[in-house]
Amino acid sequence: MSMKATLRQIDSVTVVDMSGRITLGEGCTTLRELIREQLGKGKKHLLLNLADVTYIDSSGIGELVSGFTTVSNQGGQLKLLNLTKKVHDLLQITKLYTVFDVHDDEAKAIGAFEKSAGA
Amino acid sequence: MAADASVVEVVLESDLKNVEVAEEVTRRVSNTAGFDEDEQHRIDMAVHESVINAIWHGNKNDPSKHIWLRFEIFSDRLEIRVRDQGNGYDPGHLPDPLSQENLLNVSGRGIFLIRTFMDDFRVESRAGQGTEVVLVKRLNSNNSAPSRREGP
Repeated sequence: MSMKATLRQIDSVTVVDMSGRITLGEGCTTLRELIREQLGKGKKHLLLNLADVTYIDSSGIGELVSGFTTVSNQGGQLKLLNLTKKVHDLLQITKLYTVFDVHDDEAKAIGAFEKSAGA
Repeated sequence: MAADASVVEVVLESDLKNVEVAEEVTRRVSNTAGFDEDEQHRIDMAVHESVINAIWHGNKNDPSKHIWLRFEIFSDRLEIRVRDQGNGYDPGHLPDPLSQENLLNVSGRGIFLIRTFMDDFRVESRAGQGTEVVLVKRLNSNNSAPSRREGP
């Protein structure tokens, strides 16, 4: 099963509901192109909802890191929402849990963007 | 020792689409070996990373080459061998993905994850015979991620 992503716009935040596998190949490419596309449209507040992501590998983790730095370098923010236990564990093992701003409540996550944007 | 083990062998064409086939076989074998669902996932991920390394780095993404998987179920452990047709590498010379300067690197976490998820990992390269990685997971081991193991 490859990765699928659907987008919702809530205020200034683009919520990306992702499902399936973020792994080397199609999954990573889809995520990379999606982030590039949103930045191209001036959408710099991205919230990746990983609730339905069933599998992520080292390349997928790398793609999340790449997205995070790309968005940050353009003055935007990329946050993560609803990690599964497997993804949560992977981010802890790789010490990336503290790098990403991780949320389990969508409204609070969106509020965090607004707070940062107004700061 | 192999006489005491149940053996499953699989040969795959060196193509990324076969990674999921390797995962499926791994899940079935590790389930048969008696590992719980969390441990099955960790073994599955270790094999996933090993097979990707074999296809990408070993066989240089050449679909005419092959990957050999060999699973040996012992009473106390599962041993998995993943062999490619590449020239090998030295896992001792990989940068530590947990060090501050490497934390935001896009790549370099595959071997680290394999080491984290398995009890033993070694690379055996033989001239003209490709590279074989050996992954060992013991039943009832105390290696329950997330936890840092030694080395990158």
